[in-house]
Amino acid sequence: MRCSRRDLLAMALTTTAAAILPVTAFRFLSQAEVKVALADPALRWGFLVDTEKCVGCGLCVKACKLENETPYDAPVTRTWVERYIITKDDQTHIDSPRAARDGFTDPRIRGEAFDPAEVTKSFFVPKLCNQCDSPPCVQVCPVGATYQTLDGVVLIDRKWCIGCGYCIMACPYGVRFFHPVHKVAEKCNFCYHRISQGLKPACVQACPFGAREICNLKDANDPITRIIMTQRVAVTKDEYGTKPQVFYIGLDRNVR
Amino acid sequence: MNNHIWRPLYVVLVIIAFFLVLRYFLVPQDFGVHGVNFTYGYHRAGDINDWQAVPIKYRGREFCNECHPDNAAANASSKHAAIQCENCHGPAFDHPEAPEKLILDTSRDLCLRCHAALHTPSSQRSLIKGIDPDTHNPAIPCSDCHNPHKPDLEDMQ
Ligand code: HEC
Ligand code: HEC
Ligand code: HEC
Ligand code: HEC
Repeated sequence: MRCSRRDLLAMALTTTAAAILPVTAFRFLSQAEVKVALADPALRWGFLVDTEKCVGCGLCVKACKLENETPYDAPVTRTWVERYIITKDDQTHIDSPRAARDGFTDPRIRGEAFDPAEVTKSFFVPKLCNQCDSPPCVQVCPVGATYQTLDGVVLIDRKWCIGCGYCIMACPYGVRFFHPVHKVAEKCNFCYHRISQGLKPACVQACPFGAREICNLKDANDPITRIIMTQRVAVTKDEYGTKPQVFYIGLDRNVR
Repeated sequence: MNNHIWRPLYVVLVIIAFFLVLRYFLVPQDFGVHGVNFTYGYHRAGDINDWQAVPIKYRGREFCNECHPDNAAANASSKHAAIQCENCHGPAFDHPEAPEKLILDTSRDLCLRCHAALHTPSSQRSLIKGIDPDTHNPAIPCSDCHNPHKPDLEDMQ
């Protein structure tokens, strides 16, 4: 094969151009975009649940359902309360009748009565979305319908969600469900409409005993943040690496 | 190259171009990376506003105090002071315009949420006085005997 100087230059030029082409797919970020990407926003919502204070009245579930228009009688809810009864033979009994919407009024669990002398521990655990720092539910969304806001809340775009249910399967905490009316994925978002206006989430406001509190984790002077920073708190299912941002006081090893 | 290679290629190119044009018109303009990174922040920016625009239903007890000062004062000085009015009366929405009146729930179930006797030693439920609904004056509404706003037994006649 013969190659003149002109051919060589031309070929070198086209190869370089072709090699550069994919690089043009990258783009320079505007100043604002860089800020967002590196952001250390002054606000990160967190939640503190004090299981010792919870009495299982279920007023949080009632308030949540009415505030967020979750169908009241459908077996779906953004938050719920579980009752644990642990007996001397080390058996754990758990129930959450109607997600505790009407509280716990029956000492029996599914008809089974417990002799108080046999019960070692019994307590209530409210559950809600953990607004994880590494939310697996967001990673699996094929259409970009669920996302994390800069203040740390995971939202679902009701206009964009196709209802495929991947996120419902991906959540290790089972907080997501299929909304029977809107036909999209649904979950707790700390009452985003309320916290954006400086109000507390409906469940926090409804709780008469202060078992549920919301805070700004970036503000070291926030009294609730101080509790999370200075006292012994735990998160559920730490081993999944989702970095949950709902912290619990008085969590037990039997809590799942 | 031969025609039989170019022709299908043109068809493919037209299909790709068609999809790109369609995508341009169907995907909202505000779709992009608005969060920390692509993995967690790729979404429609306007959806945040949609969520923030959801109407508020629970107004809080300070709101009730203006117009129902008697109930508010009775409640605030009682052992039920911690309970929000709307826990028993339902969300206020735009009360007193819509709805004009809130619910008066005299069902026993409302009180039993907290007062049904349960055996829960490791929770503060055990600090609330519990009754057995089957033996404590069954079938009569609790509010016939107890003042729901000020249930203190000392005040009972
Ligand atoms: C702007 C004044 C106003 C505010 C604020 C207000 N109310 Fe009312 N409320 C009224 C009026 C007026 C009525 C109708 C009174 C009537 O017809 O007897 C009423 C009726 C009621 C009734 C029904 C009383 C009955 O006899 O049937 C309840 C219960 C009630 N309000 C609870 C509340 C609660 C709880 C709040 C706070 C979330 C609240 N209200 C806030 C003005 C107000
Ligand atoms: C523990 C539940 C509970 C709480 C908390 C509560 N209420 Fe009531 N309220 C009732 C019940 C039950 C009645 C109905 C009493 C009856 O008809 O015998 C009632 C009646 C009323 C009425 C009708 C008129 C009257 O005085 O009977 C008004 C108005 C009212 N409540 C306002 C309030 C306000 C304002 C608050 C908050 C400060 C409040 N309630 C807190 C349970 C509650
Ligand atoms: C017929 C009237 C009547 C009705 C109805 C009634 N009570 Fe009572 N209740 C009383 C009287 C009287 C006392 C105080 C004497 C006592 O301790 O038995 C009392 C006491 C109580 C106590 C305090 C118990 C203690 O350990 O000191 C609670 C809590 C209570 N009632 C809740 C309720 C609830 C909840 C309901 C509805 C499910 C209800 N009551 C229905 C009359 C009534
Ligand atoms: C959100 C939970 C909750 C609900 C709902 C509730 N209570 Fe109470 N109640 C309490 C607490 C907390 C106390 C104070 C602790 C104690 O001394 O028992 C109390 C105390 C009482 C007492 C005893 C007061 C005393 O002097 O010892 C009576 C009677 C009572 N409530 C009746 C009722 C009635 C009637 C209703 C329904 C209208 C009701 N409660 C609904 C939480 C609740």
